[in-house]
Amino acid sequence: MEYVNPEGLRVDGRRPMEMRQIRAEIGAVSKADGSAIFEMGNTKVIAAVYGPREVQNRSQQMSDQALVRCEYSMANFSTGDRMRKPKGDRRSTEISLVIRQTMEACILTHLMPRSQIDIYVQVLQADGGTRSACINAATLALADAGIPMRDLVTSCSAGYLNSTPLLDLNYVEDSAGGPDVTVGILPKLDKVTLLQMDSKLPVDILENVMQLATEGCKAIANYIREILLENTKQLEYRRGS
Amino acid sequence: MLHNKLFPKKTRGGKIIRQLREHYLRDDIYCGAPFCTVCDSSGARLSESASTILVVDTNVVLNQIDLLENPAIDDVVVLSIVLEEVKNKNLSVYNRIRAICDNSMRKFCVFSNEYHRDTYVKDMRGETKNDRNDRAIRVAAQWYQKHLGGAVKVLLITNDKENKRKASEEGICAETVESYVKSLDRPDLLDLLVRPSSEDVDMEEVEDLRPSKRKVIYSEHKPMSEITSGLHRGIYHQGKLRVNRYNPFEAYVGSESIGDEIIIYGRSNMNRAFDGDIVAVELLPQDQWKEEKSLSIAGEDGDEDEDVHLAPNSADVAPRTIPQQCSTGEVNAGSCRPCGCIVGIIKRNWHSYCGSLEPMPMPGGSGGVAHALFVSKDRRIPKIRIQTRQLENLLDKRIIVSVDSWDRQSRYPSGHYVRTIGEIGDRDTESEVVLIENDINSRPFSSQVLACLPPLPWSVTSEDLSIPFRQDLRHLRVFSVDPPGCKDIDDALHCYALRSIYFLGYYFVSNISPSCRAAYSHLYIADVTNFVFPGTPLDDEASQRGTSVYLVERRIDMLPKPLTEDVCSLRSDVERLAFSVIWEMTPEADIISTRYTKSVIKSAAALSYVEAQARMDDSRLMDPVTTDLRNMNSLAKKMRLRRIERGALTLASAEVKFQIDTETHDPLDIGMYQIREANQMVEEFMLAANVSVAQQILKSFPLCSLLRRHPTPTREMLEPLLRVAAAVGLNLDVSSSKALADSLDHAVGDDPYFNKLIRILATRCMSQAVYFCSGDLSPPEYQHYGLATPLYTHFTSPIRRYADVIVHRLLAASLGISKLPPVFQDRLQLTSIADNLNYRHRNAQMAGRASVELHTLIYFRKRPTDTEARIVKIRSNGFFVFVPKYGIEGPVYLTTRAEKGSGEWYVDEQEQKIKKMDGSLSYSILQTVQIHMEVVEPQPNRPKLQLTLI
Ligand SMILES: [Zn+2]
Repeated sequence: MEYVNPEGLRVDGRRPMEMRQIRAEIGAVSKADGSAIFEMGNTKVIAAVYGPREVQNRSQQMSDQALVRCEYSMANFSTGDRMRKPKGDRRSTEISLVIRQTMEACILTHLMPRSQIDIYVQVLQADGGTRSACINAATLALADAGIPMRDLVTSCSAGYLNSTPLLDLNYVEDSAGGPDVTVGILPKLDKVTLLQMDSKLPVDILENVMQLATEGCKAIANYIREILLENTKQLEYRRGS
Repeated sequence: MLHNKLFPKKTRGGKIIRQLREHYLRDDIYCGAPFCTVCDSSGARLSESASTILVVDTNVVLNQIDLLENPAIDDVVVLSIVLEEVKNKNLSVYNRIRAICDNSMRKFCVFSNEYHRDTYVKDMRGETKNDRNDRAIRVAAQWYQKHLGGAVKVLLITNDKENKRKASEEGICAETVESYVKSLDRPDLLDLLVRPSSEDVDMEEVEDLRPSKRKVIYSEHKPMSEITSGLHRGIYHQGKLRVNRYNPFEAYVGSESIGDEIIIYGRSNMNRAFDGDIVAVELLPQDQWKEEKSLSIAGEDGDEDEDVHLAPNSADVAPRTIPQQCSTGEVNAGSCRPCGCIVGIIKRNWHSYCGSLEPMPMPGGSGGVAHALFVSKDRRIPKIRIQTRQLENLLDKRIIVSVDSWDRQSRYPSGHYVRTIGEIGDRDTESEVVLIENDINSRPFSSQVLACLPPLPWSVTSEDLSIPFRQDLRHLRVFSVDPPGCKDIDDALHCYALRSIYFLGYYFVSNISPSCRAAYSHLYIADVTNFVFPGTPLDDEASQRGTSVYLVERRIDMLPKPLTEDVCSLRSDVERLAFSVIWEMTPEADIISTRYTKSVIKSAAALSYVEAQARMDDSRLMDPVTTDLRNMNSLAKKMRLRRIERGALTLASAEVKFQIDTETHDPLDIGMYQIREANQMVEEFMLAANVSVAQQILKSFPLCSLLRRHPTPTREMLEPLLRVAAAVGLNLDVSSSKALADSLDHAVGDDPYFNKLIRILATRCMSQAVYFCSGDLSPPEYQHYGLATPLYTHFTSPIRRYADVIVHRLLAASLGISKLPPVFQDRLQLTSIADNLNYRHRNAQMAGRASVELHTLIYFRKRPTDTEARIVKIRSNGFFVFVPKYGIEGPVYLTTRAEKGSGEWYVDEQEQKIKKMDGSLSYSILQTVQIHMEVVEPQPNRPKLQLTLI
């Protein structure tokens, strides 16, 4: 199958180094302490953050830091086949864990001992790259909730098909079964906090693909910063009025 | 980050589920015209001075690809929607149009109209996919017209009436292919056009030229639905049609459903199927399962003579014979093979063919359209009718023709002219025909491939020497023995006696004395994989080519010349990298241990077989290289003896060698290739290395080793040999290779050549050895019958065979020198590589033989000769003779064609004799006859070698 044609265009008309259209919106769930919707092309994810608040299960309480919990789920209507999936399957558990660990790495948990932070992410529409979209949505929601963080975490994936590194795989490209690298970075600190890959890739190519994904993360970080800035401006404006 | 987001399109796809796909439309897709002021023209493909730009529709590409391939057609815009449709309909045409677009010499430009902001069209309600795509093509054409303004004329080429009408309505210039080509005033281009089959009516006159023939009407092909249900119910059988290379009226369909081959006799049963087509066959009623006696030399058509050809060296290239009657005595209709007729064609294998036009008188009035019959060089292909406006140009040329259609009313398929190769009989032309016919890529290597070569001049560096697994063996006295003038030296040898090393330090032994403990024999093979890395363009190219091809006057390399003749070649007096096999052997040539290592060597001498033999034979010579040679030879003789004891067959083939004039490249002399002891010595060490390496790699990689097997010949395959043997009173035991080898040894006749002749006849009954992936078969099937060894592979010629490159990688991985490339984890891919190697190997052989046949013809053109020949096959109107001196075989007629079957001669099947009715004269099999060889031209420009009795 040809994923990049000789003219250098991918199946959806992008070039290899191009990301899908991204869009973000803060404050979609008014009840939550912080919330956001994040879209990468047709992938749409909503995230809501509650906390810091009292720890529900006392036995889990930690005296030196906050407890971060994460729950990931997919809406039944998120994929083409509207199948009812059981909650808590292995894939969801794994993604929940990945998101939790990634977010934990950037939240300044020691500032909020004996408290709990809950992150809920749900995929509303899936078209590849859901993991990255979840992390990006969670970052925005955490920022919206005013939870102290070292830096923003942003994530993006890149793959390798037809001997070409491709940024931000969509569902069609993702299901090609090629290597798919998901990277999460702390853009200001320039640190990688998440690196996941399915299948095998020679080391020198992995480097290129990772580099590309990192570039993607940085671009997303810029966008997220803009959104946050805009949001703050609006808040200021509302307060002022 | 560049991100051209305009508006995403959401389409419905799939049957049940709704799928959303994004579709980004861009503004950075350029028109490809260098004179365009709006676009970035740095990568523009159209020509600077284009006056007309052509936009072609899908059907034009699909049907007229031969026209588009002609360099006269240029400045063509190929839309991405057209490419997509072509790809879905015909992958081979897609690859061809892509190749044109990639060719920098051609002015073809791909325009991604589907991703361009202004040329993307949305689906409209109630519109078919076809209509939508036609509309997209028109929109793109219109865009070009607007975009480029008055600078050029944009012309839409379409043969679809409706599309053309709509285009004109929308103000787009549109023309049909025919009218456009006519406007170019190039009559030769018109020949390239595919004609709709309705023009067939005019063709009757061509057939009338053959008054003896009735018009043949074929039965109708069953519709696909009926075929599918027939296959399902078991009435029809599906399989690939293979036409007998030596008798185009006989074909076989290997059917899995009945587990046997179905034989198809005659053109009407074949019902317009071509060799390689996937067909549906219906069995004939059993009483019609005739055993066709193809006893006469000429075919059903009368004009299809059997030509003189090179004597076959295996069953794969020999004429196939179906056992005539069930000769073992049981004349039983039930035991005969099933016969069938073709009811439908599931998949066509049409491509283009190489050949020439059947000679015909020029039609009155020049410049008009002439109808001609094209005869393919490949005899399996029926004649093809073409129309041409350049008949006088084509009659004496080798041309390429494509097939377009074959309807029920016409005896022959119709096609069109594609291109001319050159004049018939011209050596270069005929050589190219040989290459084309055998699908051999003789193009120069691409720049990507050449970029993979190491920097030249190359030499061994200290870095190479410092690698831990590479052993420095430069101090050893290494030499190579090859055919004279050999430049791609794959292998070199070295040998020394252990004892002498111990006691003399520097040694001068004249022979390995029985008292010495052991001898070391080294075999060095060029370390090609040190330069050819998996996955590189160089590796891909070599894998595709599979093997170097040796024609009489040239060699088509598998790897670029700097590698084959310099960097990898183990030439004398230069340091080279090698992969070595080191055996410790007893003086009796028993292997004590085997070791493999990469090494650096410096060859002391590059000898030819003749030189090596002369050195060994000259008892005065006592120099170190000569002693080494003698030592190795004595070991080799012992190894050979042991191999033969195990039951290896000593087969014989009649290989000829030409002496070629260096100036004119014409053959000066022709003679049998002499096999000397020196050849056998080198061969023996090679065989041993291949066996050792096969064991080593299979041990490490039981599922993905590339091995070579030689299937045991079936009784049916040996039938011709047994029949001949029975007629001359020879008893052959074919129960095992050992038994056959022994009975071949005991086959001595009255004359010295008799034994060799029997061996030659035996050899041509065997099929050829084939490559396979060890995971695909079970160990008992790995066997190599001819060499009588359970395992065998190819390791010794990596410069000219890709199989050896693969085996080198396997061996290196088994030693822990390098990792196994990823392809070895993919069984399917490995199997397809093995299949390709077998295909290439066979083609290379066929090409080599065809080249020898061509040079034989050129040689005898000026030299009519009388010589001795042996009868090898009896036919009802003559016999086939084998000419030992020239290695060729051909028919000798006792009756002229006109009196065919007049009953003057009759065949005694049992005794394999042809006798005159009155008993005055008879010829028997294997008998020596004197013949006259001469090149005749029964038709102008169609020279052939004729054999007649003196
Ligand atoms: Zn332009």
